[in-house]
Amino acid sequence: MALSKSQLLEAYRRMRTIREFEENIHRENTTGEIPGFLHLYCGQEANAVAVCMHLEDTDYIASNHRGHGHCLAKGADVEGMMLELYGKADGLCKGRGGSMHIADVSRGILGANGIVGAGAPLAAGAALTAKTLGTGGVAVSFQGDGASNEGYVFEAINMAVMWQLPVIFYFENNGYGEFTGHDHVVGSKDIAGRAAGFGLPAVKIDGTDFFEIHEASGEAVQRARAGKGPTVIEAVAVRFYGHYEGDPQAYRSKEELADVRQNRDCLKILRQKLIAGKKASARELDAIDREAVDLINACRETAKSAAYPEASTLTDNTYVSY
Amino acid sequence: MAEMAMRAAINLALREEMRRDERVIMIGTDIAGGAQGSSGAEDVAGGVLGITKGLLSEFGAGRVIDTPISEMGYMGVAVGAAATGLRPVAELMFIDFIGCCGDMLLNQAAKIRYMFGGKSTCPLVVRTTIGAGANAAAQHSQSLYHWVTAVPGLKVVVPSNAYDARGLLATAIRDDDPVIFCEHKALYDFPAAAVEIPDASYTIPFGEANFVTEGTDVTVVALGLMTHIAAGVAAALSGKGISVEVIDPRTTSPLDEESILESVASTGRLVIVDESAARCGFGQDVAALVAERAFHALKAPIKVVTPPHCPTPFSPPLEQAWIPSGERVAGAILETMGLDPALAAA
Repeated sequence: MALSKSQLLEAYRRMRTIREFEENIHRENTTGEIPGFLHLYCGQEANAVAVCMHLEDTDYIASNHRGHGHCLAKGADVEGMMLELYGKADGLCKGRGGSMHIADVSRGILGANGIVGAGAPLAAGAALTAKTLGTGGVAVSFQGDGASNEGYVFEAINMAVMWQLPVIFYFENNGYGEFTGHDHVVGSKDIAGRAAGFGLPAVKIDGTDFFEIHEASGEAVQRARAGKGPTVIEAVAVRFYGHYEGDPQAYRSKEELADVRQNRDCLKILRQKLIAGKKASARELDAIDREAVDLINACRETAKSAAYPEASTLTDNTYVSY
Repeated sequence: MAEMAMRAAINLALREEMRRDERVIMIGTDIAGGAQGSSGAEDVAGGVLGITKGLLSEFGAGRVIDTPISEMGYMGVAVGAAATGLRPVAELMFIDFIGCCGDMLLNQAAKIRYMFGGKSTCPLVVRTTIGAGANAAAQHSQSLYHWVTAVPGLKVVVPSNAYDARGLLATAIRDDDPVIFCEHKALYDFPAAAVEIPDASYTIPFGEANFVTEGTDVTVVALGLMTHIAAGVAAALSGKGISVEVIDPRTTSPLDEESILESVASTGRLVIVDESAARCGFGQDVAALVAERAFHALKAPIKVVTPPHCPTPFSPPLEQAWIPSGERVAGAILETMGLDPALAAA
């Protein structure tokens, strides 16, 4: 699937924006101004961006606790995201969701999710809607290797096969479910291989390679749109930070942590490929880098100075109150 | 007008709403029943309790969707579908299975509107069965409506007769928020629950109690099958000169607090008959409401009649001892009046 220069630059911009968004949160979290639990997507940006390039606003994604990247890639407003993470009134969810439950249904985002694996059946449901109403839409659930062991993810895959739903189950295998190594808990050590037993195409790809992700997810989305049913993709990815912010990652070696940043950074890899393939100059990419930094800095300052929701609005959008 | 059993009234409401709105689908285990069996026959069952029979024939497999026995999975599909434009009616065969799909109700369906800042809805109805009396024992007899009532974001309906079931189910399906619709198994063909219902479709608003009987001495709050036990007791006691007002709240969330409080303000006595639980159940909740807000109207301590804090037993005499009996209800009423409970047997 050939990509134009402008598409490639846009992909780089989105990945760079997500990286900067997350790095900003990593730094700012130490100030205590960001409430709650935070799970950063650094290292996995290529996955959300490459997959979502195939999707329209009328397509749906269901994300997980590590969801900032998926939401940004699917078109969530960056400032609205930042405001929500700071718990402010003008956040995407008016300060009711926060990092783990951020959503924008108008952009086809069924939410990050605090429950591991929950996105799989929700995405299958969105795909059922698309199929029943004939919208031509597709749905993607993003989940990790940890979610690959949740029973209802199996249930969702089985039903998607039974009903030939236009859904892609995208597993970002970053090697760790919370603190526990993938190989310790995935009995077959092979998520795609296990999924293939459900009777659908299941592929394993390099989750640090933007182009490979773009290709594989493009085929899956095309197949779904053509009414040819679901796909499982296992993308072998890397996680830079801990399970949550504050996790010292004592279970990972210094060598591994250095290696993933040095040699398996999807952003760095894309940058090198763009320059080597003469798709973009270092100068053009540097300019995008600076714009991403400026954008995130501006969003942060807006978010910091924005108002919190009024306590009088506490029970807004409840439909039964006592 | 025609008399109709609750079973038929629910089936009718489902048909009417599916005809009315193409976005309404049904999803659940065996709701059509018999798919790809060796006889080749379809639409043979309508679920294990036969409530949805005939819907497959009328609406087809695209809208009456038989699922694997995967409660969490299909409930999640229903929630995802509800958030994206369909109006699913999911069947959970027995509310006892709520543990198999709890996350999708508790953490997804119930939370979507609030957690997303009011920008999304989840028009989902979960039809499920409750109640003891079928010798189904501990795992198929519970009335866990108090669990779901405790969760903000879920509306909860417990109909007690055919008229209410049809109107409340129509309301539930047209509602933009998730509703848990609890059908007492013993009421499907219960003679007293079979009542006259109009020819044309109608709705009944949530949060409006039904006054089953009007009375001046004691207020009895009861739901589902318990309303019939309470009404039977009220009729018997009226012969002894005791006037009992039986209130059926019909929905536990929203709850028609005002009707209960007004009734207690006039009678000064309250008995709650509740099949849910001996502790932290619906009965204790109503007792607390009245104790907080109508304490000074009370002439006697509130009585709550529930099953014991004990799983539902299998053996018929044990199960009958478990279900709140008319005798216990009558005894509680007499006690609130300072009369000897033994009079109930007389």
